Amino acid sequence: MAYTLHHPKWHRDSKPIFWWVRNWASIAFILRELTSVAVAYFAVLLILVYRALQSGPEAWAALVSMLANPTMIAFHVFALCTLLYHSITWFNLSPKAIVIRLGRWRIPDLLIAGGNYAAWIFISAMIALAYVAS
Amino acid sequence: MNKSNDPFWWTLFGAGGALSAMLVPILLFLIGVATPLGWIDAPSYAAVSGLMLHPIVRIAAFSLISLSFFHWAHRFRFTLYDGLQLKHLFQLIAVICYGGALAGSIAAAYVIW
Amino acid sequence: MPTNITLQVLRYLPEDGGEPVFQDYEVPLRADWVVLDALNHIKDHIDGTLSYRWSCRMGVCGSCGMMINGTPVLTCAAFLESFAPGPIRVEPLAHFPVVRDLVVEATDFVNKIKDVKPWIVRETEKPLSEGEFRQTPEELADFKQYTMCINCMLCYSACPVYGLEPGFTGPAALALAQRYNLDNRDQGNQERMDLLSNDEGIWSCTMVGECSEACPKGVDPAGAIQRYKLAGAADWWKSLITRKGK
Repeated sequence: MAYTLHHPKWHRDSKPIFWWVRNWASIAFILRELTSVAVAYFAVLLILVYRALQSGPEAWAALVSMLANPTMIAFHVFALCTLLYHSITWFNLSPKAIVIRLGRWRIPDLLIAGGNYAAWIFISAMIALAYVAS
Repeated sequence: MNKSNDPFWWTLFGAGGALSAMLVPILLFLIGVATPLGWIDAPSYAAVSGLMLHPIVRIAAFSLISLSFFHWAHRFRFTLYDGLQLKHLFQLIAVICYGGALAGSIAAAYVIW
Repeated sequence: MPTNITLQVLRYLPEDGGEPVFQDYEVPLRADWVVLDALNHIKDHIDGTLSYRWSCRMGVCGSCGMMINGTPVLTCAAFLESFAPGPIRVEPLAHFPVVRDLVVEATDFVNKIKDVKPWIVRETEKPLSEGEFRQTPEELADFKQYTMCINCMLCYSACPVYGLEPGFTGPAALALAQRYNLDNRDQGNQERMDLLSNDEGIWSCTMVGECSEACPKGVDPAGAIQRYKLAGAADWWKSLITRKGK
């Protein structure tokens, strides 16, 4: 299966390392995959939040002032845009994997994706309310 | 045919991707943008502790952190293969990615409890 | 509207040695002409040495796939006017060895198609006396989309993973495997799963999605592979539990 056929007169092109900069679809794909870095970053941030919480009010205040730094805010706005790209592309792809058929009728992609988006908005609203209420 | 362990990592990738897609944007918005900009009043240390140190919230937070790391690990491994053609370094990349995710998860467990 | 349009065709003549080189041809810009018509015009009236494959000229045989301005398309479906004023860059299908001019070597693809066991696999043969296999319209709807593949290989040209790893089974072959997996007459799911749930099968796919974009028949191989991954993951976890149960 993995044997690569060869003939001396055939011409084979090799793919350059930066093959993906040549068109927008490929660039969008690589950017989509790189959003995982922002996901990992947030996990690190959440660890830092817990570390500050466990260490006491002074550590917490230090973290809060670090988060208020304009550079951090700008960085977080950028990270937020990245994460929105992750969420949107993820939900848009959900109908590819989630195929539900009722008889001959397949639930349209728009409904599957829409269901994901609805859940996202609902959960986000719940979290925001819990945060603001505290 | 060699039976790969990719299905295991892919399951974690999928779970981490779905969970992070649902939860992370709003959380980062609240913690990293809205509160520092003053759009929302910063909750007191006591209020945040009460919320986040609640056992169920701790379990949820650990799950989110760990699965996010494993989501990154699996996805970044393939990004290095596709984007930089580093597949020949597959052992090193696997150790760095999955090992890093494991290390991150252990750090999270240590800090949260 | 201009009366002519230029085609920049990549020529490769192995008997002359050397590298592939672009050659310009000027063809009439007719409203009802597709790129295939332009190529036939070149061959008939301008340069008879140009080599390329084509057959039905109506999008069902899958022979005339080529790269037009860097995108894999069926040349019988690409109207000249949509590229006006041009020039139009015509190259052989990407990720395959080039035999001559626009003709590529498709053996790897053919082998991959054979490898997925694209036939009804039965654990227990049904004797003729028991009658035919029955299939409701609902059961047909489960896999019908994946039967539409015309083996045009555009998805292989669009897939960056196949371009980087020629060992990858590829979109069309995996969609074909699903065509049989989801067929209620077939009992070969486990056989194909054992063959394809590995690094050269479904797990190399990173869901780029370009294969489904390129497919002229709406087969959606990306979707087929995503569903296959779900099934593959479930199968892996199940085998873990059944192994522990022993």
